[in-house]
Amino acid sequence: MTRKLPPKDVVIIGLGWTGSILANELTDEGLDVVAIERGPWRNTASDFPPNHAQDELRYHIRHELFLQPAQTTFTFRNKMDQSALPIRNWGAFMPPNGVGGGGVHWNAETWRFLPSDFVLRTHLTQRYGAHFLPPDTTIQDWGVSYQELEPHYDRFEYLCGTSGTAGNVNGQIQEGGNPFEGPRARAYPNPAQQQPFGPTLFAKGARELGYKPFPQPSGNMSQAYVNPLNVRLGPCTYCGFCEWFGCANYSKASPQTTILPVLVRKSNFMVRDQCEVTRINTDASGKRATGVTFVDASGQEWEQPAELVILSAYTIFNVQLLMLSGIGAPYDPVANKGVIGRNFTHQTISDVESFFDKSKFIFNPFIASGAIGMCIDEFNGDNFDHGPHGFIGGGYMGQVQSNGRPIGTMPLPPDTPRWGAKWKQATRDNYLSALKPGTGVHGSMYSYRDVYLDLDPTYRDRFSRPLMRITMDFHENELKQNAFLTDRFAEIFHAMGADQVVKKYRKGPYDITDYQTTHLCGGAVMGADPRTSAINRYLQSWDVSNLFVMGASAFPQNAGYNPTGTVAALAYWSAAAIRTHYLKNPGPLVHV
Amino acid sequence: MTNFRRRDLLTGTALVLVGGTVARASVVSGQLPWAPDSSSADAVQAGQWLFFTPPEAAMVEAMADRIIPPDPQTPGGKDAGCAVFIDRQLAGPYGRAEGLYNRPPFVKGIKQQGPQSALTPAQVYRTALRALDHFCRSQQGGKSWVELSSERQDEVLHGLDSGAIELEGADGKVFFKGLLTDVQEGFFADPLYGGNRDMCAWKMIGFPGAHYDYRDWVMRHNERYPHPPVSIAGRPDWNPKKS
Repeated sequence: MTRKLPPKDVVIIGLGWTGSILANELTDEGLDVVAIERGPWRNTASDFPPNHAQDELRYHIRHELFLQPAQTTFTFRNKMDQSALPIRNWGAFMPPNGVGGGGVHWNAETWRFLPSDFVLRTHLTQRYGAHFLPPDTTIQDWGVSYQELEPHYDRFEYLCGTSGTAGNVNGQIQEGGNPFEGPRARAYPNPAQQQPFGPTLFAKGARELGYKPFPQPSGNMSQAYVNPLNVRLGPCTYCGFCEWFGCANYSKASPQTTILPVLVRKSNFMVRDQCEVTRINTDASGKRATGVTFVDASGQEWEQPAELVILSAYTIFNVQLLMLSGIGAPYDPVANKGVIGRNFTHQTISDVESFFDKSKFIFNPFIASGAIGMCIDEFNGDNFDHGPHGFIGGGYMGQVQSNGRPIGTMPLPPDTPRWGAKWKQATRDNYLSALKPGTGVHGSMYSYRDVYLDLDPTYRDRFSRPLMRITMDFHENELKQNAFLTDRFAEIFHAMGADQVVKKYRKGPYDITDYQTTHLCGGAVMGADPRTSAINRYLQSWDVSNLFVMGASAFPQNAGYNPTGTVAALAYWSAAAIRTHYLKNPGPLVHV
Repeated sequence: MTNFRRRDLLTGTALVLVGGTVARASVVSGQLPWAPDSSSADAVQAGQWLFFTPPEAAMVEAMADRIIPPDPQTPGGKDAGCAVFIDRQLAGPYGRAEGLYNRPPFVKGIKQQGPQSALTPAQVYRTALRALDHFCRSQQGGKSWVELSSERQDEVLHGLDSGAIELEGADGKVFFKGLLTDVQEGFFADPLYGGNRDMCAWKMIGFPGAHYDYRDWVMRHNERYPHPPVSIAGRPDWNPKKS
């Protein structure tokens, strides 16, 4: 039997980056806030202290900090006429779990999207004409501009202590930064991280080819930092155990190292961990949320009434909760109607592995931070003329190798056998003198009518709820984009003096076993038109006005950058709208 | 007293105050009173097999030596402890496929949909090793796997890998894929888990292991890092000598 808890002002579903940001903003407003988190509470000192944080098998290979597929997973197929099958073990992406969410395990690559990314369809149509877009693409404008988000990007970067070199301060291009970035009001809070040999050599090669390399903006501290909430972070030690790992040094920006120490001390905040929200409840009209239903670790079901519901789980789980709660019209790709599940995207990444003369090059690949690296942005977004190339989109590229952990990062020349004496000798010969950036080419993935999420008809989770079904394949536009970018990327490694450069193009079909970042986007997108978006420009549900949906599920399509900076900027933007407008006059913030 | 844990050391004062009678005394001299950590996984000790039968263990040790043959500088898979690593992994959550999505129906899909087997890794090893033993005894002149020459062992492994050799009641290809991953992971994982004995694999390639602070080295470009590796379980010269 469901037991009912006393009402709260706000219930937050999922305490990762956006849940923590919203909780802190709304408790500052004096509201009584409870966050409900499916995974466990996580502490630096107890969960990933420096005496065992650096365990590749435990954290990377065996996925200790991640959601377990036994808890819930997704089914996958490439095409609508195929049967989807369950993802039994993680491959293409790794959903986070627990307090801090993906902020615990990320590399802390802290980018802003380009101004043109937010008005993508308008921009591309104006520059190239509507006929230039792929015929089945469903790309659209976001309903919010870069200029509107700029102060919110700034807040997140100062919260995190982002280390970087500004490229454009109030329209003034800055030497050493990214000349293509949108104008920022001020420089990064910390100077860029120091760069090891590999990225330094990459920058030299890129300059020789006429590019303008710059350090990747990094949430790993280049020096000790005290953030505006008075929380302290320590300097990054370049340990090489960042992505998949919690940071034992308190030097990677995460909710744990930037917000939670302040948030958990507030008397008007509490978090329930190991509790999974199974439904957002609505009243008889279906237009007002009354709170949530959740199941605790013992299997007891509870109802938590609340005036305001913040949905801030991982991308697909946001979409799943909306669907299972009957909020918003489910997307139908055949009729091309409905919004929940529409415009689902991932990232188009590829890599180049390069092999150098071991008597002349020692890269020490283990000396790295999560967001280390020198990058170029000449081929991102619409920073170059796409006219001659016949595709849209792009990405940053760089020597962004975050580690030299030998199980996962062991580049070997392509003629090497997979085992035996020659394999062993090749590991010995190449480990220190080869480069493997990982996500060296970090390209956009735009949205298409037949790439979407819905409920699986066969497979169910431990509560007997249908799993979400992913229908996804690469489209020709993205594969063309990737071939062009990967070729440009490889040229830089030749300029660096590599003996052998191996291009690992992204090829179709989309493969659920091959890791391609955890940047799943869309499915509950923002926009100006309720017929093509689930939420308005303030991330407020068009259908249920006291429900706000955070996260990358709001992206109408994915740009050529890591998403977290934009996810967090949108969260601050939404929080500001709630604080300044919604609370004074609850109801729809946008009327159509 | 060599077996106390660092956490006890750190909280020792509190224990004295709160616990009253729990106070303990020890003499520290000549070596650091350091022990492999408490909150990490328990360090694997070689010894009795936990999952494999002794004949199975002998087979896997011999396979590990074909996948990673010994050479004058670096031990092979067997002496590096790869079979011990796999034994402990198969006896634990990995062997039981714990945490994975194990609900039916199990339907064979296309490659890009990933593995759809109902078998756990432990079941794959058990059935495939039995089938391989049967294959060898019936097809290889009555010889068991371990009695085959190195060259013949390589041929059989290549046959499993390519699917040219079919085992009765087991999928040799799936088995070999898992074996290859497990042997190489055991070789390069922290020695805590039973493989990579004395950090031999890390020494071979030049990986410093769990070092965790390279601030002094970021800007020393193109220089060989001079320090020996360290594991989560420390370094042999750090650990108190067994009395």
